Amino acid sequence: MEKNYNTNLLVGQGPHIHTTLDTQKTMLMVMAALAPALVVSTVVFGPRVLLLTAVCIIASVAFEACWNVLMKKEQTAMDLSAALTGTLIAFNVPSGLPIWIAIIGCFVAIIIVKQLFGGLGKNFVNPAITARIVLFISYATAMTTWPLPKAQQTADVVTGATPLGVLAENAGELPSNVSMFIGTIGGSMGEVSAIALLIGGAFLVWKKIISPIIPACFIGTVFVIALIYYAAAGVPECAADKGVFGMAIFHILAGGVMLGAIFMATDYVTTPTLTMGKVIFGVGCGVLTMVIRLWGAYPEGVSFSILLMNILTPLIDQLTTKQMVKKYEQKEGAK
Amino acid sequence: MSQKKHLNSAKTPHYKNTANCVAVEMPIPDVVRIAMSHNIGKHCQPLVKKGDEVKVGQLIGDVDAFISAPIYSSVSGVVTGIETERGGMGGEVQVVVIETDKKQEVYEGIAVPEVNSHADFVKAVRASGVVGLGGASFPTHVKYNPQNLEEVDTLIINAAECEPFITCDNRTMIDDAENLIYGMEQIMKWLDLKQGYVGIEENKPEAIANLDRLFKEKGLDDRMHTFTLQSRYPKGAERVLVYEITGKTMNAGVLPAQLGIILSNVTTVAAVGAYLQTGMPYILKTVTVDGDAIAEPKNVKAPIGATVYDIVQFCGGYKKPVKKIVLGGPMMGRTIASDAVGIVKYNSAILAFGEEMGAFPKETACINCARCHSVCAFELMPFALAAAYEQKDVDKLKELRVMQCMECGSCSFICPAHRPLIFMNKLGKGLVREAGN
Ligand code: SF4
Ligand code: SF4
Repeated sequence: MEKNYNTNLLVGQGPHIHTTLDTQKTMLMVMAALAPALVVSTVVFGPRVLLLTAVCIIASVAFEACWNVLMKKEQTAMDLSAALTGTLIAFNVPSGLPIWIAIIGCFVAIIIVKQLFGGLGKNFVNPAITARIVLFISYATAMTTWPLPKAQQTADVVTGATPLGVLAENAGELPSNVSMFIGTIGGSMGEVSAIALLIGGAFLVWKKIISPIIPACFIGTVFVIALIYYAAAGVPECAADKGVFGMAIFHILAGGVMLGAIFMATDYVTTPTLTMGKVIFGVGCGVLTMVIRLWGAYPEGVSFSILLMNILTPLIDQLTTKQMVKKYEQKEGAK
Repeated sequence: MSQKKHLNSAKTPHYKNTANCVAVEMPIPDVVRIAMSHNIGKHCQPLVKKGDEVKVGQLIGDVDAFISAPIYSSVSGVVTGIETERGGMGGEVQVVVIETDKKQEVYEGIAVPEVNSHADFVKAVRASGVVGLGGASFPTHVKYNPQNLEEVDTLIINAAECEPFITCDNRTMIDDAENLIYGMEQIMKWLDLKQGYVGIEENKPEAIANLDRLFKEKGLDDRMHTFTLQSRYPKGAERVLVYEITGKTMNAGVLPAQLGIILSNVTTVAAVGAYLQTGMPYILKTVTVDGDAIAEPKNVKAPIGATVYDIVQFCGGYKKPVKKIVLGGPMMGRTIASDAVGIVKYNSAILAFGEEMGAFPKETACINCARCHSVCAFELMPFALAAAYEQKDVDKLKELRVMQCMECGSCSFICPAHRPLIFMNKLGKGLVREAGN
């Protein structure tokens, strides 16, 4: 009997099965987790939210695609990493921001922060955070003109201060913690609704896309520092009805804490890899945020704190790796 | 019994499609190709030449070396040649090609071995030709002859079968439990071991129940126990198994015996048990034949040296064009370029994959997600090891403990960027070894 042997089989290194999760799916899950916040934001600020988000996604992906073509690199625009960066940029700006400014933000994030450093996985600071800070410094007025929620707008008044702005000036009325939890307040597009962001975060933790360590340490630290500060310094006039505990809650709901802690401070590339490093990173972000909020020149400090901790991440990684090596040297005996 | 302390591990799919398939004996093929290397250690020298007649159980290859095991003919027939081909462990290997006469006449010299001492026992185990059948392929008699014989007191049987697809160890515990228990008794008797544990993943409840019942019925349950492991990869890796059952940390380069443990694969022990009772050396291997390109996945009892092609034909052939064939499990098994090769003693599975499952995934950039680190049993940092390897930084590789890597592949399995982490670790270890010399 003639035997038709197969003599041209693929050979190579194992393993020969792989998880179904790849980079693209990881990014897709994070974008899905941002969906609830997008819905709330659209309800609160109107359809311009959707327009601005779409513009940022398209611009980011386009910048990435063009760069790859120009530099003759492998096309990575479809791995959704650029799309996620675009979404996060949109979430970090006011819904009234002129479109051309948003596009500049995407350019900064994708070309300057990400690609000039070597592309995905090589950038050492978070592209979306850096874009927000660059825009904030370059276009201060546009970036701090906060539209009020549609329901609170009147014929003459369409913009107003954010809750943290009110607090910094100690003038005006702070919204209730409940409306801050739900998101019917002024602020950047994606940061207003704590509940929506928490739902997204829970989804990511459940799907094991992110570890809860950094968000928990970040938010916990903000809470504890606020508690101690207001217990010692007293509650300001504009927040008289909140009390010390209420102010601690206020601080974790206000500004970008939820958005930053859950979605920006958990970016794999720019945050520590080991558990101990994650704790240091989270606590560090919390401390810096509160230092800026309570004693700094700006009412909000989440972006700056994450950026600073991004810069410290290589150092944190180095120290925690050393510590782990030591632990094992004792356990396994010097080699 | 079950474990209290766990090492990190990966949740691989099980694919135990053939768990309920009792192994069936395949008809004797026209030709068998018996390689002269079935184990780690020295290759055997062929003891037959072209034109010689051989019978079932006749010695056809052996070598005088410490780490070696003899090789027997699995069929009766005529040697048609001694060829050379690429061996499963790399390098060239001689292959005895036998045309079978299908009469399966048994060699006259077969006799039940007489065992009256530990030395006799070791001699008999060597004569059985048995090597680590789970895939490790380490000659079994060497394992049963530790330098610190007085100090060993525990027998651990590796029945985790943590590799996806493979189910032949599961069948051993259900269909061949008598030989397994006899083998355990003999090992414990001649090595004077006090307690024996069979480590089994919880996805094999039938096997666990069967052994529990038999241990009880035979009044052995005071010293033989099943030990239930999590169904995660790689619970069957030696160093992981030892830790989970005894709580003892076993570093790279340390032998189980140094921790007082004799560790053997379950099918290996059953094969030893069978030999001690019959005197028929190890010539019939149970392999799990599976994968998306196999028409009828099943467990097959195949004569050693039967070609992959013939075994697959017995399983209905390929149902779609085959792209890749893996001998062994999908995590640590080896690919073969051609299905004309004969199986060796330690091949526990033949997995044939079509276009989709067989393709190697495309590598993308590391996103620093640390998943590779979180599944590593020894908490290594594969992403950092890969970076150190790429920079050829030997000191960094050493500092990051590359030598502790057991090449299990969990990190490569879990990596969303599909980076060849295990491969880079292998090369990294090579660099460290080179630098050490
Ligand atoms: S192959 Fe090595 S580094 Fe990777 S998980 Fe296994 S032991 Fe850890
Ligand atoms: S699992 Fe892959 S992508 Fe993630 S850190 Fe490890 S090597 Fe990088």
